[in-house]
Amino acid sequence: MADLAAPGLAPAGTDTSDTAVDPAGWTCPAPLRDQPVVVMGHGGGGALSAELIEQVFAPAYGNPLLAALTDSAVFDLGGARIAFSTDSYVVRPLFFPGGCLGDLAVNGTVNDLAMSGARPAFLSTAFVLEEGVELSVVGRIARAVGAAARAADVTVATGDTKVVESGHGDGVYVTTAGVGLVPEGVDIRPRRARPGDAVIVSGPIGQHGVAVMSVREGLEFGVEITSDTAPLAGLVAAMLEVTKDLHVLRDPTRGGLGTALNEIARASGTGVLLRDRAVPVPEEVENACGFLGLDPLYVANEGRLVAFVPPEHAEAVLAAMRAHPQGTGAARIGECVADHPGMVVVATGLGGTRVVDLPLGEQLPRIC
Amino acid sequence: MCLAVPGKVVSIDHQADPLTGLIDFGGVRKQACLEYLPDVRVGEYVIVHVGFALQRLDEESARASLELFDQLGLLEEEFGDAWEQAARQENETESEVR
Amino acid sequence: MKYVEEFNDPARARRLLDEIRAAVTRPWALMEVCGGQTHSIIRHGIDQLLPEEVELIHGPGCPVCVTPLDVIDKAMDIAARPEVVFCSFGDMLRVPGTDRDLFRVKGEGGDVRVVYSPLDALELARENPDRQVVFFAIGFETTAPANAMAVHQARRLGLGNFSLLVSHVRVPPAMQAIMTAPSCRVQGFLAAGHVCSVMGTAEYPDLAEKYRVPVVVTGFEPLDILEGIRRAVHQLERGEHRVENAYPRAVREQGNPAALAMIEEVFEVTDRNWRGIGRIPASGWRLTDAFRAYDAEHRFDVSGIRTEEPAVCRAGEVLQGLIKPTECEAFGAACTPRTPLGATMVSSEGACAAYYLYRRMNAPAPQGSRIPREEMNPVG
Repeated sequence: MADLAAPGLAPAGTDTSDTAVDPAGWTCPAPLRDQPVVVMGHGGGGALSAELIEQVFAPAYGNPLLAALTDSAVFDLGGARIAFSTDSYVVRPLFFPGGCLGDLAVNGTVNDLAMSGARPAFLSTAFVLEEGVELSVVGRIARAVGAAARAADVTVATGDTKVVESGHGDGVYVTTAGVGLVPEGVDIRPRRARPGDAVIVSGPIGQHGVAVMSVREGLEFGVEITSDTAPLAGLVAAMLEVTKDLHVLRDPTRGGLGTALNEIARASGTGVLLRDRAVPVPEEVENACGFLGLDPLYVANEGRLVAFVPPEHAEAVLAAMRAHPQGTGAARIGECVADHPGMVVVATGLGGTRVVDLPLGEQLPRIC
Repeated sequence: MCLAVPGKVVSIDHQADPLTGLIDFGGVRKQACLEYLPDVRVGEYVIVHVGFALQRLDEESARASLELFDQLGLLEEEFGDAWEQAARQENETESEVR
Repeated sequence: MKYVEEFNDPARARRLLDEIRAAVTRPWALMEVCGGQTHSIIRHGIDQLLPEEVELIHGPGCPVCVTPLDVIDKAMDIAARPEVVFCSFGDMLRVPGTDRDLFRVKGEGGDVRVVYSPLDALELARENPDRQVVFFAIGFETTAPANAMAVHQARRLGLGNFSLLVSHVRVPPAMQAIMTAPSCRVQGFLAAGHVCSVMGTAEYPDLAEKYRVPVVVTGFEPLDILEGIRRAVHQLERGEHRVENAYPRAVREQGNPAALAMIEEVFEVTDRNWRGIGRIPASGWRLTDAFRAYDAEHRFDVSGIRTEEPAVCRAGEVLQGLIKPTECEAFGAACTPRTPLGATMVSSEGACAAYYLYRRMNAPAPQGSRIPREEMNPVG
């Protein structure tokens, strides 16, 4: 047993008698087992979310369409190739710099459809309202839904409203579902990623997450950081005009770019190699993440996409993206590789590498 | 431990208790407690941890560090024994604690 | 941002790396004490760029890794009470207690909130006079002045509904414990720069002398870390063991006197258990008698909670640099980031979690063997 009592360091009066540390007797914490209740991480878009789907929902519904775990399901119906998707929207605060819950609810579902290459056509909206919420708030959100739908060229064709008792909701929740048509010859899904594909992101990352967090954390910005919420179907159409052979599209929403790339790598059995300095991160986002201890790669986006494009089309697709209003900041950030299948690796600016893993749940500000 | 980042003091609220100032972190601004650097001035850089300015950043020391890094390779090229040179330089600039 | 970008410069980094390569003639094991340094090393891939002779051992400087199990259990006991708003830094929510974590307590109805600063918790206490607001005061010397100010203000304002659950730890006694351990492999320390911003460097000369070990106060940007390594290697190659300050822009020899005075007023030195390591004398702080009324352990009478840590994993030995994570029998099998046995597997920069990621990229290393250095380089 080593005696650690150290007169030189222990201040006078401190009891240092029963203090030996024996490495053989060093103890360890007991295991943390799977959570038996829902925790916030189940909604974070990371590993816990994936497990919830894989272990609870997929077995219960059991069909190959769902098992593909894509942003939107694609199937044939009445001779048409249909994309179909649904998503629920909860955000605090309801209104944030650059948008509100209503914008997210439309753009999110429009983008999920667009990530299959579909042209979004019709949406449904279902509102869950908390007793006591001011009607003017509901009105503002409804008007935002209408404006966003017009901007995305989709029709809100049906809807529903429910009210829950005061204290049983965060004011307003919105669920939207949408359908769209997938053009002939288009087959875009995570499993089609191939080594050699160029990985392209449509613009600077992290703005939505930081805009929302700035309200919660009391941050101010020299230049206002606004959410990037936007419909991406037009951008996708422009990309498809260059080539129908886009392999993968994904909108890196909650969980951010890092999570989206991990999901693609795992689904396709390929690796992804990013160049750290090629990933566009606005300075304010970088610095806000810096002192909250967050990684911009895991921060949510609501108006960006990441594309896996065959190398021979990469430059033309990139040029088409940059010519579109939603893709002016597009950048080639890395490529799909055969090495380290299922993993995302970043080549750092100094010449080293690091692994970008699938996060467990949501990112939290840290001090360590 | 110890995620602390540098920022520039933009303004100081001398009425606030505890003493508080607005710090600019490269375009991101947040209030921080300045009670532990009571004589800090607007324009100075401080290092901030969990909302507290803990220490001033010394511009002269930062420049000396960077100059040392820049000289390391040159010394090697010119004199062949960078370690000796660097050690001497350190002694001259009194950067050692002991 | 000034003071960040210029200390990330790749050209200067190459120059420092060349210097380290030119200087090193045999293997050296350096410990970076602070988890923030570990984070930076992994984020920038610095460990892969160093010459083979220089080994970095990840130190115990992470509150997630070392806050003892019984304190986590006390935190959850308090957080689950209906009258309590329990405030914590985000780091602590996923740390496993005996059978749950703070996320789970929140999921089961506990009012658990993540705050950026202890002053945010104080504000909550002001706004909610009918609730008991408890702040989880964990961390090292860097965080102590902030937590001390919160309780100092609470007493001044007469906020009887505010209290701290204190589990503060001090770095120098832990460094001493590491050097005293049998088969200790650490030959040089990169001391935690921001700890020294507060505390100064007066505690280190005795340690350097007693254990004949170089102690280089080191910052957090890539160039800071490389400079710390360069100076430590320099000393080791010459058979020296001094305290050096490689982070002079943020560290003064005397530390921050105002912060030290506040710590002195609010906290007193105590023995402290370190998770996975054990009891280290004089390695922590607790509230002084004058602030006992603001001690959550007393207010909620949880001092009786005594949790034994069952010997399952070997995080303690990993934290001391005695074994590599892969030498632990549970590594990668019973113990993964999803089901961590030890705190070193919890945070992404924890030594075990970092190894887990690297190993997944390569052919699995034989059980119980070290990962050869070339396998650590994921893209070869």
